[in-house]
Amino acid sequence: MSLIQVNEVTHSYGSRSFFNWKDRSKKVLSDISFSIEEGACLGLLGSSGAGKSTLGKLILGLERPQNGQILFQGHDIYTADKHTRQKIRRDIQAVFQDSYSSVNPRITAERIIAEPLENYEKLTAAEQKRTIVELLERVGLSEGDLKKYPHQFSGGQLQRINIARAISIKPKFIVLDESVSSLDMVNQKLILELLNELKEDFGLSYLFITHDIKAAYTISDSLGVLEKGELVELYDSKNQFFTSEHPIVKEMRGSILAEHPRFRSIRTRVSRVSHT
Amino acid sequence: MIMSIPKIFRSQKVIPICSIILCILFIIAIFAPWIAPHDPIAVNLAYKLQPPSWAYPLGTDHLGRCNLSRILYGTRLSLGFAMLIFISSILIGLLVGTFSGYKGGIVDHVLMRFCDGVMAFPSLILILGLVGIFGPGLTQVIIALMLVQWVYYARMFRGMVLSLKEQNFIAAAKISGSSQWKIIKNHIVPNVLPPLVVMGTLEMGWAIMDISAMSFLGLGVQPPTPEWGAMIHEGKSYIRTNPELMLYPGLIIMLVIVTFNLLGEALSEQYGVKRRF
Repeated sequence: MSLIQVNEVTHSYGSRSFFNWKDRSKKVLSDISFSIEEGACLGLLGSSGAGKSTLGKLILGLERPQNGQILFQGHDIYTADKHTRQKIRRDIQAVFQDSYSSVNPRITAERIIAEPLENYEKLTAAEQKRTIVELLERVGLSEGDLKKYPHQFSGGQLQRINIARAISIKPKFIVLDESVSSLDMVNQKLILELLNELKEDFGLSYLFITHDIKAAYTISDSLGVLEKGELVELYDSKNQFFTSEHPIVKEMRGSILAEHPRFRSIRTRVSRVSHT
Repeated sequence: MIMSIPKIFRSQKVIPICSIILCILFIIAIFAPWIAPHDPIAVNLAYKLQPPSWAYPLGTDHLGRCNLSRILYGTRLSLGFAMLIFISSILIGLLVGTFSGYKGGIVDHVLMRFCDGVMAFPSLILILGLVGIFGPGLTQVIIALMLVQWVYYARMFRGMVLSLKEQNFIAAAKISGSSQWKIIKNHIVPNVLPPLVVMGTLEMGWAIMDISAMSFLGLGVQPPTPEWGAMIHEGKSYIRTNPELMLYPGLIIMLVIVTFNLLGEALSEQYGVKRRF
């Protein structure tokens, strides 16, 4: 049994208003099906507006799909009984793209990470604090950061706090919605490494939603390509992405910025300067 | 060196200066019975229309009542009821606006169309209507003002909640398992409160003016209760012989409202909050 199974999910956003009952809804996802095994990471690639984030929201239970079902360990996350739903909600956590808007600007790092703990684990104040310090250290921050407010952190540090919050209640599955896209290159690499480590340590599974092919390739086991609400390609092995002949995939591949020529030209320029 | 007046208004000193003036006014309002030299409603016809003296620093009115005492007691009434209007309309507005914005959908539509209806209804007509039904009195004016004012707050809070709702931290809170009320309490309300201070100072000025205006027209506070607007109303028969009867309360109304508005302006500039008027 897969950890997450998405069955023929279709979703659209309507624009029904009080004075205008005519249905002018726009389809954003049609017939999406895939599954994620325990301990695996599926990278979902797609350009802006392809419906990637909507899919993430549906899996997180923030919006209900119009058709199709999403199963978590065999339970439909929308129709399961209340007890199971609560358990599922606990097991699926998320890290979003914009680290700044993912945290309430008026509360400290300690309270940010404490939120899921308060809701799911009934810990004493001392235990909770110890857990939070452990989590902070696990994601590469320190105890001194407990009382800091979000504006005192950099984007990369805040993303670490978001990750700490997501792993605080030991979920099984994390939706990473463009989680590294707003970070600079160095931080991207560091966060990806951290995510990889956590995956091993906690036995996590990821859905890695991104438009960054390189980031997806680094972290994923399998890859999917989403285009205009349709899952056009799904590969069991990420290397198939590079041999696929699908026109959209070819176009995506063509858009990967080549690193070497540029580096080479800089290097030659530097060497020319040093020679003269 | 003396600063020119425009320079003072542009400088950082507006907020402290206005705050000090308002603090003094609030102290006067609270301690009026101990500060005032005379009973504000004690009639003494033997001393009517006296010029300023040591016993009566601002003279007496047409019934021999101490002008200074009446103005000091008037602070109590104006500030007190302005606060009442402000706090009650903010509370109703915060509740309705936050709920409406957070819930969205049909609840939001119904509440907002109701607000539109109230906004389209002139507050003056509502006050006159209530006064027409229940007779003149401060209670009617205050109820009418409350009924009208909360709508603007509801609108404002709804707008802020709508923009907050799009922020990821609300989604993150949901995923963290927080209940709806916990999200509203911990994440939404603390983020809509700062502009409230700005709105509040401006609102106080408006409320004081409305109460005074209604009392001046004889619809609000009834004599002999000391109130600034009512004092102007009573003094208007003596405008040729004793214009100070209208001048003193007029000046104090101006001082209070200008102070509140300047403070509101300065705060809104400081915190970057847009005004609604």
